[in-house]
Amino acid sequence: MEIPYTITEREDTGLTNPKLGIWLFLASELMLFGALFSSYLVLRLSGSSWPVQAEELSVPLGTLNTAILISSSITMVMSWVALKAQDFKKFRLHLGLTIILALLFLFIKIVFEYMPKFEHHHYMSTNNFFGIYFTMTGLHALHIIAGVVVNGYLWGPGSKMWKSEPEKFTNRIEVSGLYWHFVDLVWIFLFPVLYLL
Amino acid sequence: MSESNDHHEMSYWRKYIFSQDHKVIGLQYAFTAMFFLIFGFSLMLIMRWQLAYPGEAVPLIGWLLGETNAPGGIILPEFYNSLGAMHGTIMIFLGIVPLAVGAFGNYIVPLQIGAPDMAFPKLNMASYWSYFVGGVVMLSSFFVPGGAANSGWTSYPPLADIATTGQTMWLFGMIFLITSSLLGAVNFIVTIIQLRAPGLTWMRLPFFVWAQLVTAFLLLLAFPPLEAAGVLQLMDRLAGTSFFLPSGLVISGELLEVSGGGSPLLWQHLFWFLAHPEVYVLILPAMGIVAEVIATNTRKPLWGYRPMVYSTIFLGFMSFVVWAHHMYMTGMGTVISAFFQTTTMIISIPSVVILSALFISLWGGSIRFTTPMLFALGFLPMFGIGGLTGLPLGLAAADIHLHDTYYVIGHFHYIVAPGTIFAMFAGIYHWFPKVTGRRLNETLGKIHFWGSFVCMNGIFFPMLIQGLAGVSRRLWDGGEQYAHAQGTLWANEVMSISAWALFVFQIPFLINLIRSIRGGEKVGDNPWNATTLEWTAPSPPPHGNFSATPQVYRTAYEYSLPDRDSDFLPQSEPGEGS
Repeated sequence: MEIPYTITEREDTGLTNPKLGIWLFLASELMLFGALFSSYLVLRLSGSSWPVQAEELSVPLGTLNTAILISSSITMVMSWVALKAQDFKKFRLHLGLTIILALLFLFIKIVFEYMPKFEHHHYMSTNNFFGIYFTMTGLHALHIIAGVVVNGYLWGPGSKMWKSEPEKFTNRIEVSGLYWHFVDLVWIFLFPVLYLL
Repeated sequence: MSESNDHHEMSYWRKYIFSQDHKVIGLQYAFTAMFFLIFGFSLMLIMRWQLAYPGEAVPLIGWLLGETNAPGGIILPEFYNSLGAMHGTIMIFLGIVPLAVGAFGNYIVPLQIGAPDMAFPKLNMASYWSYFVGGVVMLSSFFVPGGAANSGWTSYPPLADIATTGQTMWLFGMIFLITSSLLGAVNFIVTIIQLRAPGLTWMRLPFFVWAQLVTAFLLLLAFPPLEAAGVLQLMDRLAGTSFFLPSGLVISGELLEVSGGGSPLLWQHLFWFLAHPEVYVLILPAMGIVAEVIATNTRKPLWGYRPMVYSTIFLGFMSFVVWAHHMYMTGMGTVISAFFQTTTMIISIPSVVILSALFISLWGGSIRFTTPMLFALGFLPMFGIGGLTGLPLGLAAADIHLHDTYYVIGHFHYIVAPGTIFAMFAGIYHWFPKVTGRRLNETLGKIHFWGSFVCMNGIFFPMLIQGLAGVSRRLWDGGEQYAHAQGTLWANEVMSISAWALFVFQIPFLINLIRSIRGGEKVGDNPWNATTLEWTAPSPPPHGNFSATPQVYRTAYEYSLPDRDSDFLPQSEPGEGS
């Protein structure tokens, strides 16, 4: 038994199943983060006191991390383009770079941002700003970790599929890339909302 | 995904436990959900004893409840609250939704659209097991110190933020259940959009498939905000944040030591943003089933198929902008109340369109009064009562009097119990021959229907009376201490006896179900002479469903066409027709 349209597109919808599936998943993710952004807004507007965010968080580190994530999005696309051009070596290089950049983001986030906060006794329970900051960036970090795991699998053992089913493998990279761009996009909203505004 | 697992014998585990076949998963959902429905119902049977005979020891099973919950068999108020919260949670999230979507959707949708399986069989399996784990977490929460969650199925903070450990278990359980519906929703939408058989255009889809499609969108987009809310409440409980805790909260005479500044209303907004669409998740699949059963048993096309489809889509959109009609009493202001009143009145229109279309479909039909048809016919007036009693609740002024009374309980139970659950029964009697190749016994079915019909009304109609008298829905003693409740106290015993009788009338159903799996009357592939695609597959359908991909030539309900010998024309039969 074969499920149709797992690799080739259905004519009248112009979509493969995995591509439609990931878009739907991202729609639900949008609702998840949308709810958290709305909660942030409600808490900030209804709270009696709210700290000046730029004084509590490090804007330079946030900017650096933004640049890192945007770069990782670019390398993610390049890895897919490389596969389209049948260049497996270049694909591995770019996907590898994507993973390294993601790990670098996490390293900066944890070592240079979270840990100094704890040293200054700024915890989730300190006030609602730190509460929502740790919740939202923490959930975002979990999404980064999930992306690293998936991309790591596709870079390593999962890449064997390139030999047996190259088209399916290319689709997988595209789907994984769509997810990765979404995770970046969330950060692009998190950064100004939590650091700058 | 592409491994051809139909060529070799699968082990027992792969075939029945960790199966990726949509039919096996559908049945797993069905049996698990029915277990939870009976379990959740039993919680209510215990509560109804306390309401009818407050302070008296529960007979027969009182000793089972445990000394901490019910010393000497007498239910403590805290335990009563746990029973209430878990009854709601279990019936909605572990009973009806998994049965309506997980079971019926999984089993029937791929068959009705002529697909070999769901689009993502592995996700489908993951969805069931996530649901299963969520169920186990919920059940085990009864055994943690302080018992299961006891802040109502709505888990309103600040109460839920400071409640016992059971609430944390509730939140973890909900995260598994949300993951499960998310995976299921993605799968259903992709399956319906991508795997329709050739010729099965959108307006040729059976109405049931439309209902499932819109339901899946609701689950996909409405559940994540609850997940966000669940994460925030979990942080409040575990990490000491104050998202839902205002400053200066005093508990048992002591100031709560938190940073404060949070908003309890925020939870209500996030919760009802899910929970109102959830109401339509409960009712749309039911409407879908009823439409199938009515078309088959009146031997007529559905009246107004297109308006029904458009209404369903409109209902889906509107259900996202009515949530705060649950919150008129929170003091959010008259402007916001006016807005939500308006949207609430608007959303009643598509429901009325669908219900009217189903009623008019009966007109001039040669109705076969089979058991599934009886349940479908029972659904119509019961859902009608449920819907109409909702209108006063949707108007802020009337809601001031009715809010949080038994009237609310009566209203929504009319929709989900004799409404949705009757539709589920209709579906079980209707599709049982497809699943097993045998028919359920009609005599036992009719006893089941008439008994349930009378008892359901015996339970829920008195609630409307009590509610109009102003009796609060959360009273442990059924209102015995309250002067305004005295005139309606007689109703407590009527409702409780009806509830226990309702349980008794489910026994013929269970006997029927178990006996007919092996001993029922054998029937062919299409015992009801129905037109939709699932009836062209063998009964039970094999792995992969159809021997060849079906081709669809016509709309879904071509019954009683003039100038034809047989009174039905299957969708997959070539020849004349639309």
